[in-house]
Formats: sequence, C-alpha cells, structure tokens
Amino acid sequence: MSDIVLKTENLTKHYGGVHALEGANFELRKGEHVAIMGDNGAGKSTFVRQITGVEQRTDGKIWFDDKEVNFAGPIEAREAGIETVFQNLALADDLDVPSNLFLGREKVLFNLGPFSILDRKYMRKATEAALVRTAVKIPNLSSTIRHMSGGQRQCVAIARTATFASKLIIMDEPTAALGVQETAQVENIIRTLKENGEPLILISHNMRQVFDLVDRIVVFRRGRIVANLRKQDTDGNDIVAYITGAKTGEAQLAAA
Amino acid sequence: MAQTSHGVGGLTYDAKKRAWPAEFNVFLALVILVVIFELIGRVFLGDSFLFNTRENATGIFNEARLQIIILQVSIVGIIAIGVTQVIISGGIDLSSGSIVGATAMIAMSFAQVATVNGNPNPKAMFLAQGWTDLPVIVPLLVAIGCGLLAGLVNGALIAYTRIPPFIATLGMMVTARGIAKWWSKGQPISFPTDSFAAIGKGLMPVVIFISLAILFQLILSYTRYGKHCYAVGSNEDAARMSGIKIANHKVLVYVIAGILASLAAVVLSSKNLTAQAGMGVMYELDAIAMAVIGGVSLSGGRGSIIGTVIGSLIFGVIISGFTFLRLDAYYQEMVKGVIIVGAVVLDQWRQRRRAIGA
Repeated sequence: MSDIVLKTENLTKHYGGVHALEGANFELRKGEHVAIMGDNGAGKSTFVRQITGVEQRTDGKIWFDDKEVNFAGPIEAREAGIETVFQNLALADDLDVPSNLFLGREKVLFNLGPFSILDRKYMRKATEAALVRTAVKIPNLSSTIRHMSGGQRQCVAIARTATFASKLIIMDEPTAALGVQETAQVENIIRTLKENGEPLILISHNMRQVFDLVDRIVVFRRGRIVANLRKQDTDGNDIVAYITGAKTGEAQLAAA
Repeated sequence: MAQTSHGVGGLTYDAKKRAWPAEFNVFLALVILVVIFELIGRVFLGDSFLFNTRENATGIFNEARLQIIILQVSIVGIIAIGVTQVIISGGIDLSSGSIVGATAMIAMSFAQVATVNGNPNPKAMFLAQGWTDLPVIVPLLVAIGCGLLAGLVNGALIAYTRIPPFIATLGMMVTARGIAKWWSKGQPISFPTDSFAAIGKGLMPVVIFISLAILFQLILSYTRYGKHCYAVGSNEDAARMSGIKIANHKVLVYVIAGILASLAAVVLSSKNLTAQAGMGVMYELDAIAMAVIGGVSLSGGRGSIIGTVIGSLIFGVIISGFTFLRLDAYYQEMVKGVIIVGAVVLDQWRQRRRAIGA
C-alpha cells in the first residue's frame, strides 16, 4: 500500500501522574534509518517500550507493516518482525553465543514441548553464519557471555537482532558503554544493515554517530516530539538547541 | 577442525587454554578428601579407607564401604537432582524434606498389606475400605500426585504472586510437615506389600538415584527446558525479553522438584518398610548443600547434575570417613557446615576472579 513501515499517532504513556510520553506522531519508511535523540527522561525509551509491547500505552494508535497493531508483549512484536537491542542487552551471561542468539526461539530436532531436543549443530552453524554476515568478531563461540568484553556482548546482541529481524530493528543506545574500537565495530554493523535496506530506529546521545549513520533525526523533549529533521537540513547546534529547549515548537519535515 | 585455533571473524582462540569445567574442581576435592581419609586411616588406625585389606576378600577396593558411601546419599541425592534445577533457575526449595514426610505417609497408606501373620494389619489406614494389597503402581501414582501438587503450589505461588521462592517454599515446608503429622495421627504407617518394599531394597536406591541423575543431566544439556533453566537463572529479564514464558518454566521446575522429592519419599519409606511424620527432616538443607558443594551457584545460572552427584559423594565420603575414624556424628555436622560455607566462598571467589581477569 505504502512504503511506511511504522507509524504512530498520538502515542501517549502516563506512569501515574508522570506524563512520560505525550501525543507522539512518528513515521518510518522502508530502508530508512532514523535517530531518536533527547535528554535523559525525555521519553525516548518510553516511546520504544510502547512500540515493542514491553509496556501498554495509555493512548494512541500504532500501525506496523500496513496494519494497526496492538502488541500484548515483546514476543508478539518480535513475531510481527520488530527486533530490539535493549539497553540492558537482554543476554544471559551464563550461556554461550549460539544459546543467546537462539534464546527463546531454539531450533529443535524433535518437538516434545518443553523437553524438545535442541538442534545444537544447526544453531552453531547458523550462529557462525550470522556473525560472519554482520562482521562480528568473537574468539570462541562456546565461551559464555560472562567472559566477553562489553563490545563483544553488544555485537552478539546486535547480531541476534540482525539475524532475526524481518522488518524493523530498534537499538537503544547500542554504544553507550563501549570503547572507540568497539563503537566502530557496532557502527559498521549498522552500516551493513543500511546497505541491506533494513529500516532502523537508533536511540543515541552521540551526535557524531547520529550524523554519520542516519537519514533523519527526531528529537524528544519532556515526552513530546519537538523536532523531526532530515540530516542535511540541520546540524549539531540546531539539534542541541531542540534537546535543551532553547529552540521550541514542532519543526516539521517538508513533505517528502 | 584445528584444535588450537577456531575463532569467528579471523580471531584466533587457543582451545588448550580453555578453563576447566567447574565439575572437575569438585571431583578434585572429592579425590583429595578420599586421600586425606586414606592417609589418616593408614597412619593412625593402620587400616585403609578405600582399599580392601581383609585377608580372603576379593577385589581391590573395599566394596562394602563404597556401597555405603553412595547408598546413604542416594535418597537425599534424588531430592538434590530437583533442587539443582531449581537453584540453576534462580530459585530455592526449602520444602522438599517436608514433601518427603507428607508423601511417605500418604503413599504408604496405599501400599499396605491386609493381613500380618494371619491377623488384620493393625496399622492399615484403609482396611475398612478394602484398599489394601493394591498393585505397586497405586502408591507410586499417589506419591507422584502428591509431589506434583506440592510443586504446583510452590511454582504457582512463585510465578504468579511473585513472592520470593524462599518464602513460598518455607510456607510449603511448614504446611507439608503439618499434613504429614495430621495424616499420621501420631502413628507410623507400616507393613507395605512386597512389591512396594522391593523399590528400596538393597542397592535399588543407588540404581534409581543414578538413573534419574543421568536422565536429568541429559534433559538439562539437550532440551529446551534445560537451556531455559540456565537462561532464567542467569538473567530473568533477558529471558523474558527473549520470549521465554518465565511463569510456565518456574511452575515446571518446582513440579519436577516436587515429583523428585516424592520419589525420594517412596524409596525411603520402601527401604525403611515404614513411614513416619518426621521423615525427611533437614533433607532439604542437605540437598541444597550437595548442590552447592557440587558447584551449583546460589545466584543461579551455573551448575550441573553431574556436579551435584559429585557433591553428594563428597557428603557420603565425609559421613563414611568419620564413621571409619570412629568419630562421633556431631563432628560430621560441624565439618559439613564448614564445607557448605567454604563451597559458597569458593564460588564467590571464582566469580570475582573471572570478573576481574580474563
């Protein structure tokens, strides 16, 4: 019907008296990479949690893939094709890489309910293929996540997302705790995703990274979207002005 | 495949420098313990702990001692198999000892003979109803039903009311013990059928313990349920975000633990040919201790059934060793206490070293 992957209308979330998100209207097109910026507590993560069904919105509507959706939980969102790299990584420290990649969607040989026999060989092969595809470097697939550096962990989380995402990838501050090299590695993965035409929502505080990677920048402030700008129409100072509130009002994109 | 290096993305990895599995350290502790008892025995008693020193006996090892070592931990070991899965999943089960008590009472009531030495069975619970001399499957199913029900209550409480496992299973511990006493009316229940008595005869407890241990080790290693045990215990939020149905998993874990405790009750009452309300007191703590000594982390996510089995053998060696050295039982308990704390300290230390180092 259209090339819009995700659309929200008047998306609102209140935690008791706290208005964390207020009337957010958002659109994402096929193959587009959009950054969400804003101060701490501006509503970025809240916005993502409503889209991915981790929390239930107070008000508003969400369309995904041309259908109005009402995800009861993150599993439903994932089954619909939205994959998220969460801030807290969502990896199990005591499991190895293949187990984490396939966590919650293990490939099985025989289906015996909870006692289904795992297809460990297949999962290991598929993991190697996924890591090669996303150019992730891991010394030993069999060692547990606990033994890995922050960058390696993040890469595993992103490789998982990229492996299973069919329609939309969301990353919540994927490089917040990483070193220079590790950040570069994660950014390379994001560029690979762009080349593959996978739409992406990137939450980030890193201005350089945002201008490097995305097509469009959306700024949240105090639970509202205060700016929605194409990368070439703006610059760092402009964005900072919106983030801090020096510049206000809803800056709208010229009709695309 | 090259043995020395196999990394992804051009990185090399030295497979030789891989860390030992934790079970290996536990096994080493077991060996050291045996060696200590052997040395003390040789020096102070002029007798061997492990080897056969009697004149006309055959075999290298003192088989009677080896049998006792494993036989005396088999029943608690069966419980420990379930407790291990609970702890790996990030929980704790304090109710297993009391489940043993209650299940033994109830199951034994359905395993009684009608007549003892030509007279009606004086202890029969259901003599009037004619529920005597039942096939062995009846008490077995009754027992499994008891364990399942207790585990279901534990699991449902923990999964749906979100109260800490410590509290939920503490409640079950007190309640199940109460049920055992209420059912007994102050009397032991005795005189089981021959087929029921056969379950715990001789080395049968060992056979049952080892079979169940192998079965559940395979389940932990090769099934989705096993993978989810480690995932839930390791990072519950991650498991939830990944789509694992945490509540279902927790209920299943506690049900399995309950059923294993009830099987232990069957073996124990069969072996003793009687059931009493006080059966299984403190078993829950011994089972937890076996798991912890065997390398199961109380913070969840790490451990194995193999580790727990070796942990139970350490228990057995300590008890036998102290008997062998003719030391009183209360020394055993003191040493057991020290070893439990020592095992947890070691686990913490190992974790911290990993966090800092490689």
